[in-house]
Amino acid sequence: MIRTENLKKSFGDNEVLKGIDMEFINGKTNLIIGRSGAGKTVLLKLLVGLHEPTSGTVFYDDINFFQLSRKDVRKLRMEVGMLFQGSALFDSMDVEENIRFPLDMFTSMTRKEKKDRVNKCLERVNLDGVNHQYPSEISGGMKKRVGIARAIVLDPKYLFCDEPNSGLDPKTALVIDELIQDITRDNNITTVINTHDMNSVMEIGENIALLHHGNLVWRGNKDEVMASDNEILHDFIFASPFLQRLRADAMEKQG
Amino acid sequence: MLGTAFQKPEKPIMYYKETMRQMNDIGVGSVIIVALISFFIGAVTAVQFAYQLNGTLVPIYYIGYILRDSTIIELAPTITCLVLAGKVGSNMAAEIGGMRQKEHIDAMEIMGVNTAAYLIMPKVIAAVVVIPLLVAIAAFISIVGGFVASVPTGYMSAEEYTQGVRSFFVAYNVLLMFIKSVVFAFLLTTVSCYQGYFVTGGSIELGKASTNAVVFSNVLILLADYMIAIIFT
Repeated sequence: MIRTENLKKSFGDNEVLKGIDMEFINGKTNLIIGRSGAGKTVLLKLLVGLHEPTSGTVFYDDINFFQLSRKDVRKLRMEVGMLFQGSALFDSMDVEENIRFPLDMFTSMTRKEKKDRVNKCLERVNLDGVNHQYPSEISGGMKKRVGIARAIVLDPKYLFCDEPNSGLDPKTALVIDELIQDITRDNNITTVINTHDMNSVMEIGENIALLHHGNLVWRGNKDEVMASDNEILHDFIFASPFLQRLRADAMEKQG
Repeated sequence: MLGTAFQKPEKPIMYYKETMRQMNDIGVGSVIIVALISFFIGAVTAVQFAYQLNGTLVPIYYIGYILRDSTIIELAPTITCLVLAGKVGSNMAAEIGGMRQKEHIDAMEIMGVNTAAYLIMPKVIAAVVVIPLLVAIAAFISIVGGFVASVPTGYMSAEEYTQGVRSFFVAYNVLLMFIKSVVFAFLLTTVSCYQGYFVTGGSIELGKASTNAVVFSNVLILLADYMIAIIFT
């Protein structure tokens, strides 16, 4: 489990996060949602230590992340996998080398063991026969899947995904969502997803946190979204007229 | 940052491989440009000295002697490293800066890699090993360039040029050349890596970082050249 405690972050005079207290539950897909500029990416980067908080802290299973030594941070990070918005695959390496990189860096596996592990991860994300293709030669959806494969290659306890569906068509986005949810359940890991994709919210939102102007304004799961009377949540979820009509129809049917 | 960059590697074999790759990029990738520049610097130096010594009482074979010493002490290490600051330094700043902007460095950090060490240490070690070798090659080719420019053209005979090159040789000057090469190599790689590693913003900032890498490296190389001249001579 990951927990934040009065987490604040400012860039100059701009206070982006105004004291966030929340928990990210083990074995569930935890979603951070909110409009652009709400502070989602900053929160995610604080969680993984790419930003230092102005005040407050982050606990990984009761370990205060920001009190760890640099060496211990690196040790903890070996239990962390992250899927970046742009996948962040290394251009000069092919798919296999990209996924193998953490194994090369941190394990003493044999060449064959590494190859088997890479193939297993590729199989897990439903990719086949792309081992020796370069990131520039594969599609956006495939890059995301390779990014996921690389993120899970060391069997992480925590998985972070920054906008996993950005730039993908709805069908591919759904595949990526289901894949992340399956991995979370099968491996019993803590997954934190930063998204503003409404389909993701309604499909895999098991623990949703809505950020608005740097504040946590709503928490719940996908089943509680419809029943909630939180105005900010509804403005965000049903932003398009099409969804507003659908919601009105649904409410009418319910009487 | 240098302290972090020279910490114990997570996996020495990965650092070794990266160092070898960098040695290839810096060394093999720069041989042709270094050879070309050195050849012409040697040739021009020989022609200029022949012109200036013409009609004086200074023996003609002195051209070989002056060319050898000016090349070993100053031209080979300084000119080669100024050129490499432009070629290798800007490349390093752009490579690391590009990785920063495409979140590659963040991705490595999340994996637990000491990115300052993995991205900088192999480059510095490779440069400090390979650049002195390039400088030695440059010095040799420069002397060959002087020969080609002065012997076939009739300024002097091959025997006179060889006599000049072999006269008044001081081995300490070669040591001085290697000291300069190592210091310049360290400066140009650390400055360039620093500029790339801390780049922020977009492509304009990346371009600026690349330019700054070359400009700051060149200024520091010239400053260090002066300091070494004072300290060691």
